[in-house]
Amino acid sequence: MIRLEKRPEPSRGWTALTPVLAVVLTMIAGGALFALLGKDPFVAMKTIFWDPILGEYAFYYRGQLLVKAAPLVLIAVGLSLGFRAGVWNIGAEGQYIVGALCGGAVGLAFYPAEGWYIFPLMVVAGALGGWLWAMIPGILKTRFNTNEILVSLLLVYVAEQLLAASALRWLKNPEGQGFPGSRNLAQYPAASNPELIAGTGMHWGVVAAMIAVIFAYVLLNRHMTGFHIRLAGQAPRAARFSGVSPSRLVLFCFSVSGALAGLAGLFELTGPAGQISIDFNVGYGFTAIIVAFLGRLHPVGILLAGLLMALTYIGGEAAQSTLGLPAAAIQAFQGMLLFFLLAVDVLINFRVRFGRAMA
Amino acid sequence: MSEAEPLLRIEGLTKAYPGVVANSDVSFSVGPGRVHALLGENGAGKSTLVKMIYGLVRPDAGRMQLNGAPYAPPNPNAARASGVAMVFQHFSLFDALDVAENVALGMENPPPRRALAQRIREVSQAYGLPLDPARTVGDLSAGERQRVEIVRCLLQSPKLLIMDEPTSVLTPQEVEILFATLRQLAAEGTAILYISHKLEEIRSLCDGATILRLGKVVANCTPAEVSARELAEMMVGQTLITPTRAAAEGGKVVLEVSGLSLRPATPFGTSLKDIGFSVRAGEVLGIGGVAGNGQDELLAVLSGEAPVAAGAVRVDGRDVGALGPVERRRLGLLAAPEERLGHAAAPDMSLTENAMLTGSGRMGLETRGFLDWRKARVFAERIIAEFDVRTPGPSHAARSLSGGNLQKFVIGREILQEPRVLVVNQPTWGVDASAAASIRQALLDLAARGAAIVVISQDLDELMEISDRFCALNEGRLSPPRPAKGLSVEEIGLMLGGAHDLEAAHGTA
Amino acid sequence: MDLSVISPAVLLASLMVAATPILLAAIGELVCEKSGVLNLGVEGMMITGAICGFAMAVETGSPLVGFLGAAAGGALLALLFGVLTQLLLANQVASGLALTLFGIGISALIGQGYRGVKPPPTTRLDLGPLSEIPFLGRLLFSHDWVVYFGLALTLGVWLFLRYSRAGLVLRAVGESHDAAHALGYKVVAIRFAAIAFGGACAGLGGAYLSLVRVPQWTDGMTAGAGWIALAIVVFGSWRPGRILLGAYLFGGMTVLQLNLQAAQLPVPVEVLSMSPFVLTIVVLVIMSAGRGRASTAAPAMLGRVFHASS
Repeated sequence: MIRLEKRPEPSRGWTALTPVLAVVLTMIAGGALFALLGKDPFVAMKTIFWDPILGEYAFYYRGQLLVKAAPLVLIAVGLSLGFRAGVWNIGAEGQYIVGALCGGAVGLAFYPAEGWYIFPLMVVAGALGGWLWAMIPGILKTRFNTNEILVSLLLVYVAEQLLAASALRWLKNPEGQGFPGSRNLAQYPAASNPELIAGTGMHWGVVAAMIAVIFAYVLLNRHMTGFHIRLAGQAPRAARFSGVSPSRLVLFCFSVSGALAGLAGLFELTGPAGQISIDFNVGYGFTAIIVAFLGRLHPVGILLAGLLMALTYIGGEAAQSTLGLPAAAIQAFQGMLLFFLLAVDVLINFRVRFGRAMA
Repeated sequence: MSEAEPLLRIEGLTKAYPGVVANSDVSFSVGPGRVHALLGENGAGKSTLVKMIYGLVRPDAGRMQLNGAPYAPPNPNAARASGVAMVFQHFSLFDALDVAENVALGMENPPPRRALAQRIREVSQAYGLPLDPARTVGDLSAGERQRVEIVRCLLQSPKLLIMDEPTSVLTPQEVEILFATLRQLAAEGTAILYISHKLEEIRSLCDGATILRLGKVVANCTPAEVSARELAEMMVGQTLITPTRAAAEGGKVVLEVSGLSLRPATPFGTSLKDIGFSVRAGEVLGIGGVAGNGQDELLAVLSGEAPVAAGAVRVDGRDVGALGPVERRRLGLLAAPEERLGHAAAPDMSLTENAMLTGSGRMGLETRGFLDWRKARVFAERIIAEFDVRTPGPSHAARSLSGGNLQKFVIGREILQEPRVLVVNQPTWGVDASAAASIRQALLDLAARGAAIVVISQDLDELMEISDRFCALNEGRLSPPRPAKGLSVEEIGLMLGGAHDLEAAHGTA
Repeated sequence: MDLSVISPAVLLASLMVAATPILLAAIGELVCEKSGVLNLGVEGMMITGAICGFAMAVETGSPLVGFLGAAAGGALLALLFGVLTQLLLANQVASGLALTLFGIGISALIGQGYRGVKPPPTTRLDLGPLSEIPFLGRLLFSHDWVVYFGLALTLGVWLFLRYSRAGLVLRAVGESHDAAHALGYKVVAIRFAAIAFGGACAGLGGAYLSLVRVPQWTDGMTAGAGWIALAIVVFGSWRPGRILLGAYLFGGMTVLQLNLQAAQLPVPVEVLSMSPFVLTIVVLVIMSAGRGRASTAAPAMLGRVFHASS
């Protein structure tokens, strides 16, 4: 018989170790899954985790790593603040889309004017768009106590329809010969988000992600707001006793996570994606949830987790082309990672005992 | 107890949890028709012992016999089937369900609903415990809720009835009704195992007593034949320091509450109705009352967690009604809630972080929102040192402390901030006797330094010991305060029961 | 624009069909939440049920086997959630999200070989002359058996919760797991059963989408139906009758907007497509704004972790 015994205090060792353990367990289970699909698990793991960084064609993939990690980290840092406070914004995907649409619309409105101010304006509009979309569940939560999980999630489907309408009608390229999609912003210098250092994948989104990590770190460790966020998540009544206003905290968490998701959308649109198209969103907003948990809701952890998750995207694509591994396998693999992480998290607060009750 | 075959015999029961031995080699027996007391302080192992008898916990060693046959219930259902019933200290009731449903959940094979409702009425009438089977339990008073538990047990005609601290939520008058019921049951042949730490109750009700200390049986006695003082010494095992204080001077009014009303935040919460009182510098106001009569709500209103109308709460003449906890602390109004883990302190956070929880403003631990963790650690260390908090250090999580030590930390944290007004709810609940005495002394010392203190407590002995004036909360209403000195138990009981007009009530009581 | 193509009887009949998958999933989630467990993985369990049911039906040629497979698939995934939340005491919100993300991935993986395949048809129940009755016959007596099963399940769950001993115990566990434990009820086992039931129902709902309503397999085909089902449990304030109402309201909105799309209303298609989601949000707000009535109807232990300390 296996029993769980509550530890007197959370284990610091396991807090750091559980993500690693979860990754290892996921690799084992994922390997088994790939073997079931008739692929050599070892080759698959090497293709996904090794080759993109240290393999023959790594020079191409390495740049991709930052490109994929930037939106994940940017979104996950924002979400992690809310998750710590018990505020569940799971609609980052929608905020990502609306941020991109708002920022993109500002850029397209200026087309073809030139000016240094256009891109900064777009960045502001992108953040505002994400913020606005996140304010809907935020305000409904504080004003009417409406479940923020459901509202933020349902708004993703609304945002996807807005994206479709924008790509097909409102922001469609008038010179596009009837093809869906907007003008390509990456080819409009005043509105583009280029690679800053050639070959690195470094663009403004990466810079923003780094700033967000530092900002969140300082906030959580050195600032009253961060202390209140941690307090509200761990002991809501103690937080109210301490003087935390739950409504203000909900709005703060939604503001930050929405604005960061909007920024991520804007940087993606103006850089790697280029144009507003129906399939612009690829699920970063959902994958970022995994990144946030895998990173222990800690800014530095999220940075590492974002890089790892970016690796699974890139390695997954590589495995798709070289091994014929289906794209869905990588999605299942990422989901599995969150499963294992939640499962092994029990070790932080509980000791596992084997055998009958101690005699 | 050698005269008859005992109903329940317990031999050498032992149960250990990690780091603590809850029961060690406990033996005693209870005869049919007898009321037997299990006496001990919080943490003496009474609850673990009865949980083993009721099948909730399995003993590590030892044997039990019921009616001469070996008895080892694997679960409560088996215990109930053997004729053992239990009334819990923290009620095992379901607020959103009605009385009949609650009763049905405690029975093995409940009759159909209509028949059950009829039986509830019969039994509750026969034992003087009137109950309406259709009412939602969450709407009942504490006394009525206990009746549901008792009726649930009685419907199964138990041979042994276990009662865990049944009077802690009752007014003195309700206690008398309960005792009458218990005596009637005993006369009918039911054995009763009565758990309490209240000495007078045990002396008036019980035929025999087993006294536990730190998980061991320290004595068996007949309560009527020993004095309360002897019982107390057996239970505590050391002589207590009684708090001492200088007589309070009539300082100026610091805290003033008037026309304070509050609607309940939760569906089964209590509303506060037109509460008014004032406390002077150097004075201790005791607020008594049975649990669930608005204590938590009153604390929330004073600490600033629940906002109230402007003008309802004043500190030094200044209106603080609309201010939150942070601003109130700045003005010197501090509070310590009843629930240590999760309300007064964050369980998983370190003591340093918990020192920051309320100390950030008055102790200068933050500047423009940025936190000084080094200073917070120094503050936490000071609390630990001055209030004798037993812990390896301030980096340890609050939940790793024992109840008494954490309570000393929480009270110490507020006292060291030198408040103008300190409001505490149940300052010594679940705390061992020596820690309780030192907490009371610290509160009295603070009053002597000129602070106004409000102590909300269900422990009447405690209130009589430290209050200058006493008032009672009943269903969200507060009686007018009266000088504590010279109040009789009957008067207190009537105040607790809601009879505020004492003169009129005296004639009929 | 031509609104005359919309026939009330056909509209109402297709409303019942459109509501069925959501009704099934919501009733399952109701039982789960009544036991105090918040499983946000409905979307994941539905889509897993959709592919499991589809694959089983295609392989065996029997829609019935397909539905059984869907229930098994949904329940299996739900049990994974049970292990996480009941045995390993993981956060229910995070575990539910994990279930959804994993379900969407694994279903796409299983579904690779089934794109563009046609499933065996689920037959309509032959109710003979009843279906000949004008209007009512089309409306009430010409559906496949799953529609009636959904209604029967709703009635059954209502009777179970209200009148049975087991239903009382389930509600008690959801109201106070500590009290239920103190009385000797097996909280974890009861919750496992409720979680598995919820998963099976969600699986059935998903299979109804892939086998009857669409009927084919595409990746991510549940498209938010699981989340709507969750919202409808809140909308129904945890009562089976009101959940039926909520499912029909949503079904009606879906069917209406599809009909309006077909009628070439001068409104962008996307605006019509988003309308069911917007409506759901509006309804959620109305329910929660009503002086917290929705929140007071919620089981008290919803989402709380239970660990017997003794």
